[in-house]
Amino acid sequence: MDVGPQNMERQNLEPQKNGSKPFPGEVHPTAGGGILVTKLDEVINWARSNSLWPLVFGTSCCAIEMMSTAGAKYDWSRFGFEVARATPRQADVIIIAGTIVNKMAPVLKRLYDQMADPKYVIAMGACATSGGPFFYNTYSVVKGADHVIPVDVYIAGCPPRPEALLHALITLQEKIKGARNE
Amino acid sequence: MNKEELKEHLATLLAEPQFEEGTEWTTIAIDPAAWESLARELKNAGPLHFDYLFCLTAVDWRTHFTMVYHLTSTTHRHTLVVKAKLDHENPVIRTVSDIWRTAEFHEREAFDLFGITFKDHPDLRRLFMTDDWKGWPLRKDYEDPVNMIKL
Repeated sequence: MDVGPQNMERQNLEPQKNGSKPFPGEVHPTAGGGILVTKLDEVINWARSNSLWPLVFGTSCCAIEMMSTAGAKYDWSRFGFEVARATPRQADVIIIAGTIVNKMAPVLKRLYDQMADPKYVIAMGACATSGGPFFYNTYSVVKGADHVIPVDVYIAGCPPRPEALLHALITLQEKIKGARNE
Repeated sequence: MNKEELKEHLATLLAEPQFEEGTEWTTIAIDPAAWESLARELKNAGPLHFDYLFCLTAVDWRTHFTMVYHLTSTTHRHTLVVKAKLDHENPVIRTVSDIWRTAEFHEREAFDLFGITFKDHPDLRRLFMTDDWKGWPLRKDYEDPVNMIKL
């Protein structure tokens, strides 16, 4: 076998072991489907991360910032979020934009349960993260939406600026791109 | 009617009108027992004609409660605030839901959160809190070890 400089370089590329790098990239040198499956995951993750449809869901002032992010100035459609859906059946990501009170908690749980897999959750702002300004001396507020449903990305702020929400959405995209289907 | 005319007119209705000074709107403190007749007068008397109750709320002062009614007239464009001092142990006042229909839900809210009883209210039950809720959450002495983290 001719081992020229070019071929040496190509051989070093596989099998890929990327070490600390998150998936994708670990290509198994097995005969058959290894490479195909791995690459398909990558394509699926890429497609998923770039067409996240958010659920129209807002319970207080964070929703105003969320609307602003959807508007022309910040324009989250640049990243594939413009298709906000009013039904959980068609939504991929729920942005918990606001305070969750005890009476809202079962509604939030039901909405999350009705969303089709794969589904993602962003806790926007102090209230959704921990109860925020309503942490102490209140009888009605859930101290963090993660008591009700699992959360992927948290955003600090009260309310967070649209840039912060965009950053969280991009962070979620990175998270999805690094995901691996077992 | 401007503020002074309104004050003068109210002085003819009440024996000892107690006006609060330094407020944006004309504010009068009344005896809860006289509230029903005064409310009817405020609503129906031609020159007053307070046809719109735009706010009804309560204040917990620990020693007593204050009921606060904000009234305005859509024809005369004058506004009046009525305050009534209630006992802390047994806060009761006559409903005005038959005079201003909007008070029906406002009074249910005040009942729900402050535990103020509105006599003759047609449907006095909890509004925001669940039906089996115990206690009155907006009272200053309210304790809830399950939901509340005290600072």
